Amino acid sequence: METSILVAVVSIITAGATMALGSIAPALGEGRAVSTALSSLAQQPDAAKTITRTLFVGLAMIESIAIYCLVISMILIFANPFWNHVIAKAVGK
Amino acid sequence: MRLSPDDLVFWRYGFAELNSTIITTWALMLVMTIGAMLITRKLATEGKISRWQGLLEIIVTTIQEQIEEVGLSHPQKYLGFLGTLFLFIAVSNLCAILPGYEPPTGSLSTTAALALSVFVAVPLFGIEEQGVGNYLKTYLKPTFIMLPFNIISELSRTFALAIRLFGNIMSGTMIVGILLTITPLIFPIFMSLLGLLTGMVQAYIFSILAAVYIAAAVRTRGE
Repeated sequence: METSILVAVVSIITAGATMALGSIAPALGEGRAVSTALSSLAQQPDAAKTITRTLFVGLAMIESIAIYCLVISMILIFANPFWNHVIAKAVGK
Repeated sequence: MRLSPDDLVFWRYGFAELNSTIITTWALMLVMTIGAMLITRKLATEGKISRWQGLLEIIVTTIQEQIEEVGLSHPQKYLGFLGTLFLFIAVSNLCAILPGYEPPTGSLSTTAALALSVFVAVPLFGIEEQGVGNYLKTYLKPTFIMLPFNIISELSRTFALAIRLFGNIMSGTMIVGILLTITPLIFPIFMSLLGLLTGMVQAYIFSILAAVYIAAAVRTRGE
């Protein structure tokens, strides 16, 4: 029982910490990207199409880092391999 | 709580199984193919055109324009591949308004398959345009030291394509599911609205990224 509690606690805390820490950098990066894109849109409204498209592609790239963190924390909460291992061991006993 | 529609298995025989993802994908493919066949059965070039033909024309010309803007000069050649990617992802995400529907793009196997098809298509288009030798040489640009990094970037961007689409769609479904247990009254509706928007944006991003990758592979160097 000791191990299962430990695994559960570590998994939950890590899932939260992954989201919390992992969304800081992408948030800062997206903020910078959007603010730069907005100021260049204000300077060159003619290039709006190109800027918007490049902005979308760049945002998708940056956002994928946050999405990786989300996937990791989702796996830790809903489909945790270590937890399943512990449960399988406890059932087999 | 199910993480992906893969876990909902309807029929199993040995190692072969028929799950929700496969059935939904085939149903979508049937609906889209039969719909397109019905609409294109009687096309008119003059006089009054049907509403559906107008819709398809708008979609096709918009996709063509977008492909051309990325820098591919003959959009007709890439329209089949990129248009199919966009339409499939967009329709499968938009159908999330139907009750009881689970988007197949919320399963990692579907998105991995789509990303793998991009992974295969990029070198094929590149080789077709530049020849095998010239295409392989682009891996050695700017110097041969960059060879491993170019290969790693090729692999990691395929991985990123798959995970990005999967993560976005799966999280949309998941958030609605979690909110239904906490505040079941109105909030889930707004979150599913947001999910529809994200679905469209992700479909656009997936196909635009595929177009950008193809454009990078097709571009003849030294011109």
